[in-house]
Amino acid sequence: MNGDRTFSSDAPAVAATGLTKIYGSGNTEVVAMRDVSLRIERGEVVALLGPSGAGKSTLLTAVGLINPPTVGHITIGGVPVMDGAQPLTDLAAFRRQHLGFVFQKANLIPFLNAAQNVQVALEINDTPPRAARRRALELLAYLGVADRAGNLPAALSGGQQQRVAVARALANEPNLILADEPTAALDSHRGRQVMELFRQVAHERGAGVLVVTHDHRALDVFDRTIQMEDGRLESERSEKI
Amino acid sequence: MNLAAQDIRHNLPRFGLTACGIGLLLMIVLGMGGIYRGLVYEATLLVDRVNADLWVVQHNTRGPFAEVSSVPANVESRVLAVPGVAAARRFVYWTIQRETSGRPLRLAIQGLVWPDDNGAWLPLAAGGPLHQAHYQMIADRTLGLQLGERIKLGKDFYTVVGLTKGMTSASGDGMAFFSLPDAQAIQFDEPGEAIRLQRNTRFRQMQRLDLGQQQPALLPRVSGQTADLPAILPPTVSAVLVKLAPGADAQKIIATINGWPDLTVYTQAQENDLLVHGLVDRSRRQIGLFRAILVIVSTIIMTLILYTLTLDKTHDIAMLKLMGARNRVVIGLILQQALLLGVIGYALAALLGQGLFPLFPRLVVITPQDFWLLAVAVLGISVLASLLGIWKAMRISPNTVLA
Repeated sequence: MNGDRTFSSDAPAVAATGLTKIYGSGNTEVVAMRDVSLRIERGEVVALLGPSGAGKSTLLTAVGLINPPTVGHITIGGVPVMDGAQPLTDLAAFRRQHLGFVFQKANLIPFLNAAQNVQVALEINDTPPRAARRRALELLAYLGVADRAGNLPAALSGGQQQRVAVARALANEPNLILADEPTAALDSHRGRQVMELFRQVAHERGAGVLVVTHDHRALDVFDRTIQMEDGRLESERSEKI
Repeated sequence: MNLAAQDIRHNLPRFGLTACGIGLLLMIVLGMGGIYRGLVYEATLLVDRVNADLWVVQHNTRGPFAEVSSVPANVESRVLAVPGVAAARRFVYWTIQRETSGRPLRLAIQGLVWPDDNGAWLPLAAGGPLHQAHYQMIADRTLGLQLGERIKLGKDFYTVVGLTKGMTSASGDGMAFFSLPDAQAIQFDEPGEAIRLQRNTRFRQMQRLDLGQQQPALLPRVSGQTADLPAILPPTVSAVLVKLAPGADAQKIIATINGWPDLTVYTQAQENDLLVHGLVDRSRRQIGLFRAILVIVSTIIMTLILYTLTLDKTHDIAMLKLMGARNRVVIGLILQQALLLGVIGYALAALLGQGLFPLFPRLVVITPQDFWLLAVAVLGISVLASLLGIWKAMRISPNTVLA
């Protein structure tokens, strides 16, 4: 299996059909996600809403290839990657080449400075160190934190850390960016800035973005919102900004 | 970018302390080997320095070092009569403990056959050899005596005229060299009261004997000095050392002397063998076992340290895996840290050892071979110790980031 498979330029960023995730078995069986289908186009920013325990993170991690579904198919950029729990490609290689992640906590590596945290994502994907360094600094500048490039995460504010995390997610120019509550630790102003950043990235770079959020104040930023409840997609609403 | 180096730089004090601990542990491993070599070196030092071809000792003993040997002094003359023997001399050796300046002083005493042997062959670091027949001594520096210092041994005072370097007995005691009569005087020194009682006993025994009653003129002689009594043997020596003539048939001479029922003869190699496999054998094996245990302990400690370092990085490793890092990136992070810990520990062990071992009370001999062996062992320990950490890292799921 090889994660370095050719993407189709007109294919959706992600297309998932009939995703079901069951934890445990018998009396302890819990269905976290039930027959969920999802499609996100390139350049589209989608918000995934729902109460706690609705299955949002389960869907996000399934699409992010870190928690395979029990049943269902996932295609990313036109490349079939999962058939039920069966990977159809090298998932680690696929993640490093085509996916970007941002979480509620920035999850920066504490012993690397801001630039190195971005650089490491590039070097993992075989970018030569010098080019990786240059690209990391470009991304930090793009996100407005170039002046903190040499600082360790502990010396950065929450907003700055999250910007560095976004820069790291963008480093390998992913086709799909997955974000789980990326603004939960930020104030409303900073939170909105991050959401707008996702929109800008999606539109400028043609990446699909799926954001799990509870923050209803910045929903106008998204192209579309999806509501999830009890492991099912309940409703869908399109917003044209 | 080297993740291992970045992590170490971030946690430098902790890493430095850990490396110091491992370095000290490795220094002890290195030192154990050095102590073992020192034991063997010290055990065979005197035999090598004396450089006799044959050692003639009391029959059926492993003397004079591994056990007590006592042979009459006239064995020297008997041995000289054997064809092929170029020279023979008496050898006196034993250990005494006295008090000087309120501290115990252990001396391994050797008698020199004055005037043929004045100790000029000794590795003198200061002063010179003996230059008179009595009341002088040459002492090893480890005894802490100074040139010109006078110490009382038995009933007499002896002046230090020379200092040797590195002359210690198999048990690590500093050696002291005296003329043979002085050495024997120290060995057979008895209190005046003991001598008086001895003479009195002899006198009474003589009175009861037929000879004493028929020859009363002998009675005053019995009360005299032991050395003046023809019926009592002069003091014995520990061994007689033999130097063979060039081209002499050693086997034939050994067979001749071994044929005498009161003596046993050893070659220099056999005498060394008696020391290494007899006198220091248990110490050698004990140190060897202790060293093996230390290597195991070092491996376990390094394993636990690396496992803890890996546990500390669980979240970071999960993040790297989430980003799609290959296994070799994660393995490299742990293995490089293990090797770096090992290399720094090894360097510290080597540096500290070279500085500290000369200060140890007993000789510690470290050879280049010891350094190479330790380097290979450290490499093995580092790789072995990293395996548990690597196993743990491989089991970390990218999902851990979400926890």
